[in-house]
Amino acid sequence: MDNTIVCKGIYNVGVRDFEIRDFHGYSTYQGTTYNAFLIVDEKIVLMDTVKKPFTEKLLNNIKKFVDPKKIDMVISNHTEMDHTGALPHIMHYIGEEKPILCSKAGKKNLEAHFGKGKFNLQTVSSGEEISTGTKTLSFLETRMLHWPDSMFTYAKEDKILFSSDAFGQHYSGPAAFDDQISEEEMLNHAKKYYANILLPFSGLVKKLIKDVEDMKLEINTICPDHGVMFRKDPLKIINAYKEWCEQKPSKKAVVIYDSMWESTRKMADEIVDAIASKNIPVVSMNTRKCHRSDIITEVCDCGAVLFGSPTLNNNIFPALSDILTYMKGLKPKNKIGAAFGSYGWSGEAVGILNSYIEEMGYELADPGLKVQYVPDESDFEKCRELGLKIAEKLENL
Amino acid sequence: MDKYTCTVCGYTYDPKQGDAEGGIEPGVAFEDLPDDWVCPVCGVGKEEFEKE
Repeated sequence: MDNTIVCKGIYNVGVRDFEIRDFHGYSTYQGTTYNAFLIVDEKIVLMDTVKKPFTEKLLNNIKKFVDPKKIDMVISNHTEMDHTGALPHIMHYIGEEKPILCSKAGKKNLEAHFGKGKFNLQTVSSGEEISTGTKTLSFLETRMLHWPDSMFTYAKEDKILFSSDAFGQHYSGPAAFDDQISEEEMLNHAKKYYANILLPFSGLVKKLIKDVEDMKLEINTICPDHGVMFRKDPLKIINAYKEWCEQKPSKKAVVIYDSMWESTRKMADEIVDAIASKNIPVVSMNTRKCHRSDIITEVCDCGAVLFGSPTLNNNIFPALSDILTYMKGLKPKNKIGAAFGSYGWSGEAVGILNSYIEEMGYELADPGLKVQYVPDESDFEKCRELGLKIAEKLENL
Repeated sequence: MDKYTCTVCGYTYDPKQGDAEGGIEPGVAFEDLPDDWVCPVCGVGKEEFEKE
Protein backbone atom coordinates (compact mmCIF):
# COMPACT_ATOMS: atom_id res chain seq x y z
CA MET A 1 0.00 0.00 0.00
CA ASP A 2 1.07 3.56 -0.66
CA ASN A 3 2.82 4.85 2.43
CA THR A 4 1.03 8.19 2.18
CA ILE A 5 -2.34 6.54 2.89
CA VAL A 6 -3.15 6.58 6.60
CA CYS A 7 -6.67 5.28 6.01
CA LYS A 8 -9.45 5.90 3.52
CA GLY A 9 -9.69 9.66 3.06
CA ILE A 10 -6.70 10.56 5.25
CA TYR A 11 -3.29 11.04 3.65
CA ASN A 12 0.14 12.06 4.80
CA VAL A 13 1.04 14.86 2.41
CA GLY A 14 4.10 15.86 4.41
CA VAL A 15 7.66 15.88 3.16
CA ARG A 16 10.88 14.09 3.94
CA ASP A 17 13.95 16.20 4.72
CA PHE A 18 16.74 13.76 3.95
CA GLU A 19 19.52 16.30 4.15
CA ILE A 20 19.06 17.98 7.51
CA ARG A 21 21.74 16.97 10.00
CA ASP A 22 21.35 19.76 12.56
CA PHE A 23 17.84 20.57 13.72
CA HIS A 24 18.29 23.71 15.85
CA GLY A 25 21.21 22.08 17.59
CA TYR A 26 19.83 18.53 17.67
CA SER A 27 21.81 16.09 15.52
CA THR A 28 19.58 14.36 12.98
CA TYR A 29 21.77 11.67 11.46
CA GLN A 30 18.87 10.28 9.44
CA GLY A 31 17.15 13.54 8.57
CA THR A 32 13.57 14.11 9.57
CA THR A 33 10.08 14.38 8.12
CA TYR A 34 7.50 17.12 8.42
CA ASN A 35 4.25 15.19 8.38
CA ALA A 36 1.13 17.06 7.31
CA PHE A 37 -2.25 15.44 6.80
CA LEU A 38 -4.98 15.86 4.27
CA ILE A 39 -8.50 14.80 5.10
CA VAL A 40 -10.61 14.36 2.00
CA ASP A 41 -14.24 14.20 3.01
CA GLU A 42 -17.27 16.36 2.16
CA LYS A 43 -15.06 19.10 3.51
CA ILE A 44 -11.36 19.04 2.79
CA VAL A 45 -8.99 19.74 5.66
CA LEU A 46 -5.25 20.25 5.74
CA MET A 47 -3.69 19.56 9.10
CA ASP A 48 -0.37 21.33 9.72
CA THR A 49 2.07 22.23 6.96
CA VAL A 50 5.81 21.88 6.51
CA LYS A 51 9.03 23.86 6.76
CA LYS A 52 9.11 26.78 4.35
CA PRO A 53 11.65 25.46 1.78
CA PHE A 54 9.39 22.44 1.18
CA THR A 55 6.25 24.43 0.32
CA GLU A 56 6.16 23.43 -3.37
CA LYS A 57 6.66 19.79 -2.48
CA LEU A 58 3.74 19.95 -0.04
CA LEU A 59 1.52 21.50 -2.71
CA ASN A 60 2.50 18.78 -5.18
CA ASN A 61 1.76 16.10 -2.59
CA ILE A 62 -1.69 17.57 -2.01
CA LYS A 63 -2.32 17.73 -5.76
CA LYS A 64 -1.98 13.94 -5.95
CA PHE A 65 -5.31 13.77 -4.09
CA VAL A 66 -7.16 17.05 -4.62
CA ASP A 67 -6.81 20.49 -6.11
CA PRO A 68 -5.35 22.44 -3.14
CA LYS A 69 -7.76 25.30 -3.90
CA LYS A 70 -10.55 22.97 -2.77
CA ILE A 71 -9.19 22.83 0.79
CA ASP A 72 -11.91 24.24 3.06
CA MET A 73 -9.94 24.76 6.23
CA VAL A 74 -6.57 24.29 7.85
CA ILE A 75 -5.92 22.95 11.34
CA SER A 76 -2.74 24.11 13.05
CA ASN A 77 -1.84 21.72 15.85
CA HIS A 78 1.49 23.42 16.44
CA THR A 79 2.82 26.81 15.35
CA GLU A 80 6.54 26.06 15.28
CA MET A 81 8.01 26.97 11.92
CA ASP A 82 8.76 23.43 10.78
CA HIS A 83 4.97 23.03 10.69
CA THR A 84 3.88 26.55 9.71
CA GLY A 85 6.68 27.79 7.47
CA ALA A 86 4.64 26.88 4.40
CA LEU A 87 1.41 28.29 5.84
CA PRO A 88 1.51 31.82 4.33
CA HIS A 89 2.03 30.51 0.82
CA ILE A 90 -0.53 27.72 1.26
CA MET A 91 -3.12 30.26 2.48
CA HIS A 92 -2.29 32.58 -0.38
CA TYR A 93 -2.79 29.67 -2.78
CA ILE A 94 -6.01 28.28 -1.31
CA GLY A 95 -7.53 31.61 -0.28
CA GLU A 96 -6.66 33.67 2.79
CA GLU A 97 -10.30 33.90 3.87
CA LYS A 98 -10.38 30.16 4.61
CA PRO A 99 -10.40 29.40 8.35
CA ILE A 100 -7.37 28.20 10.26
CA LEU A 101 -8.39 26.32 13.39
CA CYS A 102 -5.95 26.54 16.27
CA SER A 103 -5.79 26.81 20.05
CA LYS A 104 -6.04 30.17 21.82
CA ALA A 105 -2.26 30.26 22.25
CA GLY A 106 -1.97 29.08 18.65
CA LYS A 107 -3.79 32.23 17.50
CA LYS A 108 -1.44 34.40 19.52
CA ASN A 109 1.59 32.62 18.10
CA LEU A 110 0.41 32.63 14.48
CA GLU A 111 -0.21 36.38 14.80
CA ALA A 112 3.26 36.84 16.26
CA HIS A 113 4.78 34.86 13.40
CA PHE A 114 2.79 36.17 10.44
CA GLY A 115 1.06 39.37 11.57
CA LYS A 116 -2.28 40.28 13.12
CA GLY A 117 -5.35 40.10 10.95
CA LYS A 118 -3.59 38.31 8.12
CA PHE A 119 -5.45 35.04 8.53
CA ASN A 120 -8.96 33.99 9.51
CA LEU A 121 -7.91 32.37 12.78
CA GLN A 122 -10.62 30.51 14.65
CA THR A 123 -9.82 29.20 18.10
CA VAL A 124 -10.91 25.81 19.37
CA SER A 125 -10.56 24.36 22.85
CA SER A 126 -10.40 20.91 24.39
CA GLY A 127 -13.47 18.82 23.72
CA GLU A 128 -14.71 20.89 20.77
CA GLU A 129 -15.68 18.92 17.69
CA ILE A 130 -16.16 19.65 14.03
CA SER A 131 -17.62 17.50 11.29
CA THR A 132 -16.06 17.17 7.87
CA GLY A 133 -19.08 15.22 6.59
CA THR A 134 -18.53 11.60 7.49
CA LYS A 135 -15.68 12.22 9.89
CA THR A 136 -15.66 13.95 13.28
CA LEU A 137 -12.56 15.73 14.50
CA SER A 138 -12.16 16.62 18.16
CA PHE A 139 -9.47 18.75 19.74
CA LEU A 140 -7.38 18.31 22.85
CA GLU A 141 -5.14 21.14 24.00
CA THR A 142 -1.75 19.90 25.14
CA ARG A 143 -0.24 23.09 26.48
CA MET A 144 3.53 23.02 26.79
CA LEU A 145 3.82 19.69 25.03
CA HIS A 146 5.89 21.20 23.90
CA TRP A 147 4.79 24.77 23.16
CA PRO A 148 1.91 26.77 24.67
CA ASP A 149 -0.08 26.35 21.43
CA SER A 150 0.35 22.57 21.06
CA MET A 151 -2.79 20.53 20.58
CA PHE A 152 -3.89 17.10 19.41
CA THR A 153 -6.65 16.41 16.92
CA TYR A 154 -8.51 13.13 17.11
CA ALA A 155 -10.39 11.62 14.19
CA LYS A 156 -13.21 9.83 16.00
CA GLU A 157 -14.51 7.33 13.47
CA ASP A 158 -11.07 6.30 12.24
CA LYS A 159 -9.62 6.38 15.78
CA ILE A 160 -6.56 8.32 14.68
CA LEU A 161 -4.70 10.60 17.06
CA PHE A 162 -2.81 13.41 15.35
CA SER A 163 -0.34 14.12 18.10
CA SER A 164 1.64 17.05 16.75
CA ASP A 165 5.25 16.82 17.98
CA ALA A 166 4.47 14.34 20.76
CA PHE A 167 5.54 10.76 19.94
CA GLY A 168 7.65 12.14 17.06
CA GLN A 169 11.08 11.08 15.92
CA HIS A 170 13.62 12.85 13.75
CA TYR A 171 13.91 10.05 11.23
CA SER A 172 13.64 9.98 7.49
CA GLY A 173 14.73 6.46 6.76
CA PRO A 174 12.80 4.08 4.55
CA ALA A 175 9.99 3.40 7.04
CA ALA A 176 6.78 5.42 7.15
CA PHE A 177 4.93 3.20 9.65
CA ASP A 178 5.97 1.33 12.79
CA ASP A 179 5.52 -2.03 11.05
CA GLN A 180 8.29 -1.10 8.60
CA ILE A 181 11.05 -0.46 11.16
CA SER A 182 12.48 -2.54 13.98
CA GLU A 183 11.07 -1.72 17.38
CA GLU A 184 14.55 -1.03 18.72
CA GLU A 185 15.40 1.43 15.97
CA MET A 186 12.10 3.24 16.31
CA LEU A 187 12.46 3.49 20.10
CA ASN A 188 16.02 4.81 19.79
CA HIS A 189 14.81 7.66 17.60
CA ALA A 190 11.75 8.29 19.77
CA LYS A 191 13.82 8.29 22.95
CA LYS A 192 16.27 10.79 21.52
CA TYR A 193 13.33 13.01 20.55
CA TYR A 194 11.83 12.69 24.03
CA ALA A 195 15.15 13.49 25.72
CA ASN A 196 15.82 16.55 23.56
CA ILE A 197 12.34 18.00 23.21
CA LEU A 198 9.92 16.74 25.85
CA LEU A 199 12.07 15.90 28.86
CA PRO A 200 11.53 19.18 30.77
CA PHE A 201 7.78 18.69 30.47
CA SER A 202 7.76 15.15 31.84
CA GLY A 203 5.28 16.04 34.59
CA LEU A 204 2.83 17.30 31.96
CA VAL A 205 3.41 14.19 29.80
CA LYS A 206 2.44 12.03 32.79
CA LYS A 207 -0.76 14.02 33.31
CA LEU A 208 -1.64 13.97 29.62
CA ILE A 209 -1.29 10.21 29.35
CA LYS A 210 -3.51 9.81 32.40
CA ASP A 211 -6.08 12.20 30.91
CA VAL A 212 -6.09 10.32 27.60
CA GLU A 213 -6.52 7.03 29.48
CA ASP A 214 -9.35 8.49 31.57
CA MET A 215 -11.06 9.68 28.39
CA LYS A 216 -10.94 6.07 27.20
CA LEU A 217 -9.90 7.30 23.80
CA GLU A 218 -9.64 4.35 21.46
CA ILE A 219 -6.51 4.75 19.39
CA ASN A 220 -5.87 2.67 16.29
CA THR A 221 -3.21 4.93 14.84
CA ILE A 222 -0.99 7.73 16.12
CA CYS A 223 0.22 10.22 13.54
CA PRO A 224 2.95 12.49 14.89
CA ASP A 225 4.32 15.45 12.92
CA HIS A 226 7.78 13.85 12.62
CA GLY A 227 8.92 10.36 11.73
CA VAL A 228 7.02 7.12 11.56
CA MET A 229 3.31 6.74 12.26
CA PHE A 230 2.10 4.05 14.62
CA ARG A 231 -0.56 1.74 13.23
CA LYS A 232 0.75 -1.68 14.30
CA ASP A 233 1.12 -0.94 17.98
CA PRO A 234 0.38 2.62 19.12
CA LEU A 235 0.49 1.45 22.73
CA LYS A 236 4.19 0.73 22.34
CA ILE A 237 5.07 4.41 22.08
CA ILE A 238 2.52 5.44 24.71
CA ASN A 239 4.02 2.95 27.15
CA ALA A 240 7.53 4.15 26.30
CA TYR A 241 6.45 7.73 27.14
CA LYS A 242 4.90 6.46 30.36
CA GLU A 243 8.24 5.03 31.33
CA TRP A 244 10.37 7.98 30.21
CA CYS A 245 8.24 10.60 31.94
CA GLU A 246 8.76 8.89 35.29
CA GLN A 247 12.50 9.60 35.01
CA LYS A 248 13.32 6.63 37.20
CA PRO A 249 17.10 6.44 37.53
CA SER A 250 18.51 3.24 36.06
CA LYS A 251 21.66 1.42 37.11
CA LYS A 252 23.67 3.16 34.45
CA ALA A 253 26.37 5.81 34.61
CA VAL A 254 27.34 8.39 32.01
CA VAL A 255 30.82 9.92 32.13
CA ILE A 256 30.96 13.22 30.26
CA TYR A 257 34.41 14.74 29.89
CA ASP A 258 36.79 16.78 27.85
CA SER A 259 40.54 16.70 27.93
CA MET A 260 43.44 18.97 27.08
CA TRP A 261 46.56 16.78 27.28
CA GLU A 262 44.90 13.41 27.93
CA SER A 263 45.10 13.58 31.73
CA THR A 264 41.38 14.07 32.32
CA ARG A 265 40.68 11.42 29.69
CA LYS A 266 42.92 8.94 31.50
CA MET A 267 41.05 9.69 34.72
CA ALA A 268 37.76 9.15 32.89
CA ASP A 269 38.99 5.81 31.56
CA GLU A 270 39.93 4.58 35.05
CA ILE A 271 36.58 5.66 36.47
CA VAL A 272 34.71 4.00 33.60
CA ASP A 273 36.66 0.73 34.02
CA ALA A 274 35.98 0.68 37.74
CA ILE A 275 32.23 1.19 37.23
CA ALA A 276 32.14 -1.46 34.51
CA SER A 277 34.03 -3.91 36.75
CA LYS A 278 30.88 -4.05 38.89
CA ASN A 279 28.76 -4.94 35.88
CA ILE A 280 27.15 -1.52 35.85
CA PRO A 281 26.54 -0.21 32.31
CA VAL A 282 28.59 2.91 31.75
CA VAL A 283 28.82 5.23 28.75
CA SER A 284 31.88 7.38 28.20
CA MET A 285 31.30 10.54 26.18
CA ASN A 286 33.91 13.06 25.16
CA THR A 287 32.13 16.38 24.69
CA ARG A 288 34.11 17.21 21.56
CA LYS A 289 33.37 13.85 19.94
CA CYS A 290 29.77 13.28 20.99
CA HIS A 291 26.88 15.55 20.08
CA ARG A 292 25.03 17.21 22.95
CA SER A 293 21.77 15.68 21.76
CA ASP A 294 23.26 12.18 21.97
CA ILE A 295 24.72 12.89 25.40
CA ILE A 296 21.37 14.03 26.79
CA THR A 297 19.74 10.89 25.35
CA GLU A 298 22.12 8.74 27.39
CA VAL A 299 21.72 10.97 30.44
CA CYS A 300 17.93 10.97 30.54
CA ASP A 301 17.59 7.47 32.00
CA CYS A 302 20.90 7.09 33.84
CA GLY A 303 21.28 7.05 37.60
CA ALA A 304 24.68 8.70 37.80
CA VAL A 305 26.35 11.38 35.78
CA LEU A 306 30.02 12.26 36.13
CA PHE A 307 31.65 15.34 34.66
CA GLY A 308 35.34 15.62 33.93
CA SER A 309 37.06 18.82 32.86
CA PRO A 310 40.55 20.20 32.94
CA THR A 311 40.90 23.72 34.28
CA LEU A 312 41.38 26.13 31.40
CA ASN A 313 41.97 29.79 32.25
CA ASN A 314 40.40 29.37 35.70
CA ASN A 315 37.32 27.78 34.18
CA ILE A 316 35.87 24.57 32.77
CA PHE A 317 36.27 23.61 29.12
CA PRO A 318 33.83 25.38 26.76
CA ALA A 319 32.43 22.11 25.40
CA LEU A 320 31.46 21.15 28.97
CA SER A 321 29.66 24.48 29.34
CA ASP A 322 27.68 23.63 26.22
CA ILE A 323 26.33 20.33 27.54
CA LEU A 324 25.81 21.71 31.05
CA THR A 325 23.76 24.64 29.72
CA TYR A 326 21.76 22.24 27.57
CA MET A 327 21.22 19.87 30.50
CA LYS A 328 20.16 22.63 32.87
CA GLY A 329 17.42 23.55 30.41
CA LEU A 330 16.21 20.01 29.78
CA LYS A 331 16.20 19.24 33.51
CA PRO A 332 16.86 15.49 33.66
CA LYS A 333 16.01 14.46 37.22
CA ASN A 334 16.83 11.91 39.92
CA LYS A 335 20.56 11.39 39.59
CA ILE A 336 23.72 11.37 41.60
CA GLY A 337 26.69 13.30 40.30
CA ALA A 338 30.43 13.73 40.75
CA ALA A 339 33.24 15.69 39.12
CA PHE A 340 36.85 15.15 38.30
CA GLY A 341 39.61 16.78 36.30
CA SER A 342 43.24 17.59 35.85
CA TYR A 343 44.72 21.06 36.31
CA GLY A 344 48.00 22.91 36.05
CA TRP A 345 48.00 25.58 38.76
CA SER A 346 44.68 26.99 39.90
CA GLY A 347 42.28 24.01 39.49
CA GLU A 348 38.82 25.63 39.61
CA ALA A 349 37.09 23.17 37.24
CA VAL A 350 35.99 20.54 39.78
CA GLY A 351 34.47 23.18 42.05
CA ILE A 352 32.60 24.73 39.12
CA LEU A 353 31.30 21.33 38.00
CA ASN A 354 30.20 20.57 41.58
CA SER A 355 28.15 23.78 41.59
CA TYR A 356 26.45 22.73 38.36
CA ILE A 357 25.69 19.29 39.79
CA GLU A 358 24.12 20.82 42.89
CA GLU A 359 22.22 23.44 40.88
CA MET A 360 20.68 20.65 38.83
CA GLY A 361 19.44 19.13 42.08
CA TYR A 362 21.61 16.01 42.05
CA GLU A 363 23.14 14.44 45.11
CA LEU A 364 26.87 15.09 45.08
CA ALA A 365 28.19 11.56 45.51
CA ASP A 366 31.77 12.69 46.15
CA PRO A 367 33.59 15.97 46.84
CA GLY A 368 35.39 15.47 43.52
CA LEU A 369 38.80 14.47 42.30
CA LYS A 370 41.51 16.93 41.25
CA VAL A 371 44.85 15.87 39.83
CA GLN A 372 47.72 18.24 39.13
CA TYR A 373 49.10 17.91 35.59
CA VAL A 374 49.40 14.15 34.95
CA PRO A 375 47.79 11.40 37.05
CA ASP A 376 50.15 8.87 38.65
CA GLU A 377 49.32 5.43 40.02
CA SER A 378 48.05 6.82 43.34
CA ASP A 379 45.75 9.18 41.42
CA PHE A 380 44.45 6.29 39.31
CA GLU A 381 43.71 4.44 42.54
CA LYS A 382 41.57 7.40 43.63
CA CYS A 383 39.81 7.35 40.26
CA ARG A 384 39.04 3.65 40.73
CA GLU A 385 37.75 4.37 44.23
CA LEU A 386 35.45 7.06 42.81
CA GLY A 387 34.20 4.67 40.13
CA LEU A 388 33.54 1.93 42.69
CA LYS A 389 31.73 4.37 44.96
CA ILE A 390 29.44 5.35 42.10
CA ALA A 391 28.90 1.69 41.15
CA GLU A 392 27.99 0.84 44.74
CA LYS A 393 25.47 3.68 44.94
CA LEU A 394 23.90 2.55 41.67
CA GLU A 395 23.78 -1.08 42.81
CA ASN A 396 21.80 0.04 45.85
CA LEU A 397 19.27 2.05 43.88
CA MET B 1 1.05 37.82 49.77
CA ASP B 2 3.50 35.41 48.16
CA LYS B 3 4.75 35.31 44.63
CA TYR B 4 4.36 32.00 42.79
CA THR B 5 6.48 30.80 39.87
CA CYS B 6 5.40 28.55 37.03
CA THR B 7 7.64 25.48 37.15
CA VAL B 8 7.09 24.88 33.43
CA CYS B 9 8.01 28.22 31.85
CA GLY B 10 9.42 30.34 34.67
CA TYR B 11 6.71 33.08 34.74
CA THR B 12 6.16 34.59 38.18
CA TYR B 13 2.71 35.58 39.42
CA ASP B 14 3.07 38.71 41.51
CA PRO B 15 -0.12 39.45 43.45
CA LYS B 16 0.80 43.15 43.47
CA GLN B 17 0.55 43.17 39.68
CA GLY B 18 -2.26 40.67 39.10
CA ASP B 19 -2.69 39.34 35.57
CA ALA B 20 -4.35 41.86 33.27
CA GLU B 21 -4.59 39.42 30.36
CA GLY B 22 -6.33 36.85 32.53
CA GLY B 23 -8.67 39.48 34.01
CA ILE B 24 -7.05 39.45 37.45
CA GLU B 25 -6.87 42.82 39.22
CA PRO B 26 -3.77 43.75 41.21
CA GLY B 27 -4.04 42.63 44.83
CA VAL B 28 -5.40 39.11 44.31
CA ALA B 29 -3.48 36.45 46.25
CA PHE B 30 -2.38 33.39 44.28
CA GLU B 31 -4.53 31.22 46.54
CA ASP B 32 -7.59 33.29 45.55
CA LEU B 33 -7.10 32.95 41.79
CA PRO B 34 -9.95 31.00 40.19
CA ASP B 35 -9.33 27.28 39.70
CA ASP B 36 -9.43 27.63 35.93
CA TRP B 37 -6.83 30.41 35.88
CA VAL B 38 -3.87 29.49 33.67
CA CYS B 39 -0.33 30.75 33.35
CA PRO B 40 -0.52 33.78 31.02
CA VAL B 41 2.76 32.79 29.37
CA CYS B 42 2.50 29.06 28.75
CA GLY B 43 -1.09 28.16 29.60
CA VAL B 44 -0.56 25.48 32.26
CA GLY B 45 -2.80 25.33 35.35
CA LYS B 46 -2.30 26.60 38.92
CA GLU B 47 -1.06 23.22 40.09
CA GLU B 48 2.17 23.72 38.16
CA PHE B 49 3.10 26.76 40.31
CA GLU B 50 5.40 26.80 43.30
CA LYS B 51 5.74 29.41 46.03
CA GLU B 52 8.86 31.55 45.55
